Amino acid sequence: MSILVVLESQADGLKRTSCEAITAAVDVAGGAAVTGIIFNGSQQHLAMAGAYGLTTVLNVSGDEWSAHPSARMAAAISEAATKVGATLVLFGANSTGKNIAPRVAVRLSAGFLPDCVALHGSASAIEATRPVYAGKALVNVKSTTSTTVATLRPNLFTAKNVGGSAAASEAFAPSQTSSLPSLQVTNVTRNEGQLDVSEADIIVSGGRGLKGPEHFNLVENLAKSLGAAVGASRAVVDAGWRPHREQVGQTGKTVSPTVYVACGISGAVQHLAGMSSSKIIVAINKDKDAPIFSVADYGIVGDVFEVLPRLTTAISAVTGKN
Amino acid sequence: MNILVCISQVPDTTTKVAVGADGTSINPAGVKFILNPYDEFAIEEGLRLREKHGGSVTAVSVGPDSVKEVLRTALAMGVDTAIHIKDDLRADSFTVASSIAELAKETSPELVIFGRQSIDFDSFALPSMVAELLGWADIPMVSALTVEGSNITAESDIEGGKNSVSCALPCVISAQKGLNDPRYPKLPDIMKAKSKPIAERAASSAQPRVATTSMTLPVSKRLNKVLGDSDADVQELVRLLHEEAKVI
Repeated sequence: MSILVVLESQADGLKRTSCEAITAAVDVAGGAAVTGIIFNGSQQHLAMAGAYGLTTVLNVSGDEWSAHPSARMAAAISEAATKVGATLVLFGANSTGKNIAPRVAVRLSAGFLPDCVALHGSASAIEATRPVYAGKALVNVKSTTSTTVATLRPNLFTAKNVGGSAAASEAFAPSQTSSLPSLQVTNVTRNEGQLDVSEADIIVSGGRGLKGPEHFNLVENLAKSLGAAVGASRAVVDAGWRPHREQVGQTGKTVSPTVYVACGISGAVQHLAGMSSSKIIVAINKDKDAPIFSVADYGIVGDVFEVLPRLTTAISAVTGKN
Repeated sequence: MNILVCISQVPDTTTKVAVGADGTSINPAGVKFILNPYDEFAIEEGLRLREKHGGSVTAVSVGPDSVKEVLRTALAMGVDTAIHIKDDLRADSFTVASSIAELAKETSPELVIFGRQSIDFDSFALPSMVAELLGWADIPMVSALTVEGSNITAESDIEGGKNSVSCALPCVISAQKGLNDPRYPKLPDIMKAKSKPIAERAASSAQPRVATTSMTLPVSKRLNKVLGDSDADVQELVRLLHEEAKVI
């Protein structure tokens, strides 16, 4: 009985979702061992994995893994899970986790619990809470087999740096996976110079209340004062004011930032589906009856054209950013 | 090329959700069911690929008899055949994936297309589960694609950017918003679709691997502190964020 945590690297260390998964694993482990697995992990990754509580990380090395071949990574992770006797395998519910975890669940004959917002129980009898129907209901789900594969919704589990020393790296060479289907990643395009809503800690989103794309500088300026990413409602994306990658909501991205500021967004259920698990929600809207206020912690009933410039100045005075 | 498009029937997003008598699923009374919005992109892409490369498009849906409604929508949009895999509504993606994979093993499509997610359970699980069961590659969140010979190249959305990827057919893809502009079925086609045959097929004998133990409605714990728009109110909001919520 043990837990395997799938770790994802980025330029400056482990992804935050991976650190969150480590803490979540340690919290439910009881006496069970918690092991990490990483592809081409560096000393920096091992140091960070240790700091968040792992003592051992299986390290899979080789250039072929840098192209993220999902079927082969799933096979390697499954083999590692079997090797360590994992009854629970945890991923962050980002694009990689969402894609690979279902394959791992199939390979391990495991129950698959996606997009969990809370874990209960122990490594051998895990139960998870997850939102369904766009967050209008919550279900508790559990595996009916002996193994569970779960993905954790980003920013819902707190990553705790426990100050541990670097995790030991154990080389892990999966058996031949070259017969598995391959996928060549020929190019990776980053949206340079902008923070993505799915990775941001603070998001400032604008909606139809901005009245036109030329007024989005009000949203961008507020975002700058907070060091935030800019998001958008479906209405303004469909109108062509903002790119689809900024869209928050059911047909865009599901986000759970620490702070979500909705500017001139009424709060249609499709939008709420994408942001209602944010920690603190702030709404600015001139309609006091707008549904967004029912999910808001703090709100200002007022015209975004009047309020946003003053709010930006006031926030800059606190954060020193502008 | 022969294409299998997998579609589902989901509650309309604006529908109110109530917990059913079993305590683990929704009460379907009064719920309006629709074609999963992302599946419209999947059907459209299948039709466009057929228009370009020939072949046929089959739509499949797994569920109770009511899913015939979304299969009729697919027929009205122009798919060649529709298959209903008869199954109870279950929250376990593995059994659904098994039913679809068994069909694909028999019919050998070159491409299986899903919508990127089904908006009822939002699991994002079926495309790569089906690919794993078939031993195929899969490309998630596809916002552009080209098929040339037996090869597919696509743009796959990731956090903060996109991957350009390619792989050999057969493969599974999931359609992202932006892949295309789905057509609206025309009234004569909607009428014709009503009398078209829908093949029926038994579900896989695979057993569920997940059980739902309870369903509840979320309880809002929001503070709901709503202020006016005076300068003092703006300053108070900043103070609350700084001192009470401690987030700035």
